[in-house]
Amino acid sequence: MNEQLINILAGIVATATPLVIAGLGETIIERAGVVNLSLDGSITLSALVGFIAALAAQAATGSDAVALLCGLLAAALTSAVIAFIVALGGITLRQDQVAVGFVLTMLAADIAQFIGQPYTGQLGPQILITPIPILSQIPIIGPILFRQTILVYFSYVLMIGLWYWMFRTRGGLAHRAIGERPAAAFARGTNVNRLRYFYTILGGALVGVAGGAYSLSVKAGWTTPPNMSGDGWIALAIVIFGGWHPFRVALGAYLFAGLRALAFAVQSSPDIGIPVVLLNAMPWILMIVTLLLVSSGSIERLLQILPRSVQKRMRNFLRAEPPAALGTRFDPE
Amino acid sequence: MEIELHHIHKRFGPVHANNDVNLTFHGGRIVGILGENGAGKSTLMKILSGYQPADSGEIHIDGQRVIYHGTQQAIQHGIGMLQQDPLDVAAFTVLENFIYGQPGGQQLPRKAAAEQLSTISRRFGFELDPDTPCYHLSIGQRQQLEIVRLLALGVKTLILDEPTTGISAEQKQILFDALRELATKDGMSVLLVSHKLEDVIALCHEVAVLRAGRVVGAKEMPATTRQLVTLMFGQELAPQTRTRENLQGRPEAVRLDGVTLRGKRLSVENLSLSIRAGEVIGLAGLDGSGQELLLRACAGLVKPASGRLYLGGHDMTGQSYRQFLAQGVAFGAAGRLEEGLVGGLTLTEHIALITETNTVIDWGRARQHTADQIKLYDVRGRPESRIETLSGGNQQRMLMALMPQKPLLLVLEQPTRGLDVDSARWIWEQLFTRQATGAAMVFSTPDLDELVTYSDRILVFYSGQVYEVKDATRTTIDELGRLIGGHFEEQTQ
Amino acid sequence: MKKPSLGLQVGLTVLPIIVSLAITAILIIAAGADPRAVFEKVLEGAFRNSRSFANVLNFLIPLTLVSIGLVVTFTAGLWNIGVEGQMMMGAIFMTWGALNLTLPEPFQLIAQILIGMLGGGLWALLAGILKTRLGVHEIFGGVALNALANVLSIYLISGPWQPPEGGSVRSTVPFRPESLFTVIAPDFSVSLFALLIVLAALVIVWLALRGTRWGLQLKATGKNARSARLLGVPTTRSALSAFVVCGMLAGIAGTHRAITVYESLRPLASGGIGFLGLLVVLLAANRILLVPVITFLFAVIVGGSTRLKIALQLDSSLSGVLQETLVLMMLLFAGVRQRVLTRRDTSSTPEASPSTPAEAAHE
Repeated sequence: MNEQLINILAGIVATATPLVIAGLGETIIERAGVVNLSLDGSITLSALVGFIAALAAQAATGSDAVALLCGLLAAALTSAVIAFIVALGGITLRQDQVAVGFVLTMLAADIAQFIGQPYTGQLGPQILITPIPILSQIPIIGPILFRQTILVYFSYVLMIGLWYWMFRTRGGLAHRAIGERPAAAFARGTNVNRLRYFYTILGGALVGVAGGAYSLSVKAGWTTPPNMSGDGWIALAIVIFGGWHPFRVALGAYLFAGLRALAFAVQSSPDIGIPVVLLNAMPWILMIVTLLLVSSGSIERLLQILPRSVQKRMRNFLRAEPPAALGTRFDPE
Repeated sequence: MEIELHHIHKRFGPVHANNDVNLTFHGGRIVGILGENGAGKSTLMKILSGYQPADSGEIHIDGQRVIYHGTQQAIQHGIGMLQQDPLDVAAFTVLENFIYGQPGGQQLPRKAAAEQLSTISRRFGFELDPDTPCYHLSIGQRQQLEIVRLLALGVKTLILDEPTTGISAEQKQILFDALRELATKDGMSVLLVSHKLEDVIALCHEVAVLRAGRVVGAKEMPATTRQLVTLMFGQELAPQTRTRENLQGRPEAVRLDGVTLRGKRLSVENLSLSIRAGEVIGLAGLDGSGQELLLRACAGLVKPASGRLYLGGHDMTGQSYRQFLAQGVAFGAAGRLEEGLVGGLTLTEHIALITETNTVIDWGRARQHTADQIKLYDVRGRPESRIETLSGGNQQRMLMALMPQKPLLLVLEQPTRGLDVDSARWIWEQLFTRQATGAAMVFSTPDLDELVTYSDRILVFYSGQVYEVKDATRTTIDELGRLIGGHFEEQTQ
Repeated sequence: MKKPSLGLQVGLTVLPIIVSLAITAILIIAAGADPRAVFEKVLEGAFRNSRSFANVLNFLIPLTLVSIGLVVTFTAGLWNIGVEGQMMMGAIFMTWGALNLTLPEPFQLIAQILIGMLGGGLWALLAGILKTRLGVHEIFGGVALNALANVLSIYLISGPWQPPEGGSVRSTVPFRPESLFTVIAPDFSVSLFALLIVLAALVIVWLALRGTRWGLQLKATGKNARSARLLGVPTTRSALSAFVVCGMLAGIAGTHRAITVYESLRPLASGGIGFLGLLVVLLAANRILLVPVITFLFAVIVGGSTRLKIALQLDSSLSGVLQETLVLMMLLFAGVRQRVLTRRDTSSTPEASPSTPAEAAHE
């Protein structure tokens, strides 16, 4: 296969990874029944905080590895705290989850802009690519999938692990139950709200890692205005498109990144004269189109083409409805 | 296993739902817990099953006081409850719902659980396929699953809350047989909460009757309906009847010509029907057999896939719901607050939505109108009260008040769902007041008594197919029960 | 139910304000400045002279218009995040009018305003159709349409509408004087006409929401669209009308801002006012009469913050931080207040209650 094409595909995998991680984090949260609208601002602020922490750690210890670790941890912590506030407001304080999340997304973005001024344009540590010994030698797939950063490998593990957790373990049953029918979970002794807090914070931490993935890897550094803003909304749409299933969400992220790369390639190429404005509009038109496809049931109809037996086994993967209790409160005595 | 309830009290705001309840349940018996709506039966059972804590009082099991928080702990003490809408997760498979709630490690013991499921199910003649998602199951099957699940968890006392609503006669038979076996063979204690006297009489060894939060009586079976009614209401209720009119020469109110209706799971094909002014059509069948489709088609909420539909002679095929309203259709949905009343709006605002047709609202007039309706329908509430603060019965009255006085057609989904006998009667009175003005009526109900008492004709639905009982006065509950189970061929008319 | 002490109630209302001020102060200190100095500078920046106050009012006008519009959409239970793009579209349409129409004096401006209204209304209608007929949630539709409006504006500014001296993404050709609002005085450049529009919008919408069939139908749609429909309310039409009304008001807001602040069309001309409006309405708990009070407060904060960058090297996003923290604290403390009040109330059965925006708005 063409060397250039392999590089492009590898690049797509790399740039999609923050979206994958953020999408999976949000999937964990929404499967538990909570809507976390703070995603966009969260990612932005975590990216900044991670960057700052990495810079500080680098100056203090001189070690890139330690710096990056600190950065990622700080980023994870930041989004975890933000997610905690969403949970607090939505669950314990019984306010509208959408309202709390919306205010937080704006607040986080503004805080990031405010404290990020001095850091614009600075160079910081960047996560290096570490090819996996034997696997990266496999023709074609090797370089694309296994010559990546550890964050990318982390996203693979996360994807598979989350799938296994949700659909093959007892804990996963409870996790899904609190998002589908909390009353049933309650009747089976599950502490619904405690678990909702837990998953929201956990998912939030992953969102933070995604933020760190931007400023410490894919789009290293910090710019004003931040160059990853807007991706949080796209991640939210990808979760819907992905039917709240880990594999489909990841697939959606890769598809989206691929289309973005395609648009960029077309833009750079002088031969194809598509106006810049159309390309800039692409991601957003894409978002609307994907949501249209989901809501019109076209995806469901498309999947009916598959044979019955396949449909049966893949019922979870093919499902399009949101968790039945998403966004609702549960008030036990 | 012997259970004693001592001085149980439970309040919800000003309502004293359980007022000093003392009861004893012995193993090996089926006890009926009777009472009208709001008597406190469900509350008491939810306390016993751990779903809610009591405000005060004690529960003793085999002489020892027990305290538990939550249903899981209650199950550990051997008490499990099947709620009216079984608490399962629709998206899970039968096996997943069965396993969820069982103690164990993270790994799912699919094989062992499937075997356990199968063993218990087969004993009672339940047919449950482990891989079916629960949204495909009927209510009866979901009940069976929950019972099997509770038995697998080792409950010795099984509480069932209104289990016979919405299940077929066959499923009811299977259920009753299972309950009898559990009581006699396994020595389990079965508590049946119901307001259906015929079920209680058929099944129970004894009954306890609650009224307004207190235990007003207990009786060994057998007892007559009359005795039980007297215990429940403190008085006898006259039997319900309806004098049927001669419908000859009445204009046609509704006509369906070869109408096909497509629903989510099934369709009703090629239905032709003619309803005259003043005629009452009862729709029977298990939930989801197609009667909802017909009702909604008559209201204009579902458009026919083919065929034509006429209201009062006008071709209304494919017209919008609002146009149906304009023609004089009055639609009453089954779930009050979800469909029909707007939580957050006051009574006046509800009335104004219907009556104030000008651009500018005359609130004074609307308030007066509301006050009038409140008086007329004996609603316990004020014009400025928000609808959600009213009790269920009063909400039903408001729904009546919001219905047009002289409709062309009344389309009613389970008009007396969840109501006790008294309130149900009042609803029927109101409905027939309108029918007397010449309105035709189409209603659905799982209550076979209502079908036989009030309908001129009955349409029985099974999997989208329709069987017409031309004269409701000539049919019996048994026959209807069989028809609902799908045995159309056996009928000779 | 025992009523909590007055002290507790007052405390719970004042506490969020104090907390948000404290948090903002901490951030200021972390950035190396003195909170007291910031406070003084902001007040100074807002009220120092008639020019500063004019700035405040010129921010107040579009913010209030947008907020009034959002009260309408929240009443219908809608999260019209697309309001930012609707402002932009209003500005874009208006710019077309400014650059292409030559009408005699008063009519030029009036035509521009009307065209701006049309632009905002159409863009909002698009979001509404996506939601009501195509099932795309208005949050996503709004975010996407906001971005698309920006993309469009950048294209127009750097392309067809660029100044004759060369393309830049900075600005279009500046508007002619006839296209601008007439101001009260040279050093108090606020348009009386614009203020009157705001007042008129406030009164009209307030009256319409509480006294007309349209308003009642909106409320019913917002609380329970399904039931409302069964009661005969044309819910789709209601929701769409809410979008259009908000869009039109946003269009006027965008028009005013482009004319007054930039005298041309610039990228991101809407200045985040749309999003700020959402915060205003959340803070006002959808009570329309509180809106002007809150928008005035916000306008003072924003107007006063414009010189912060120069004076104290603090980015202007600080004002956003203060406002957003305030709304967040208000939301959280509203929850605390409810819990404290209902602690006296007796228990209720376990159930799931839907968490809708209309609920929050009407709570």
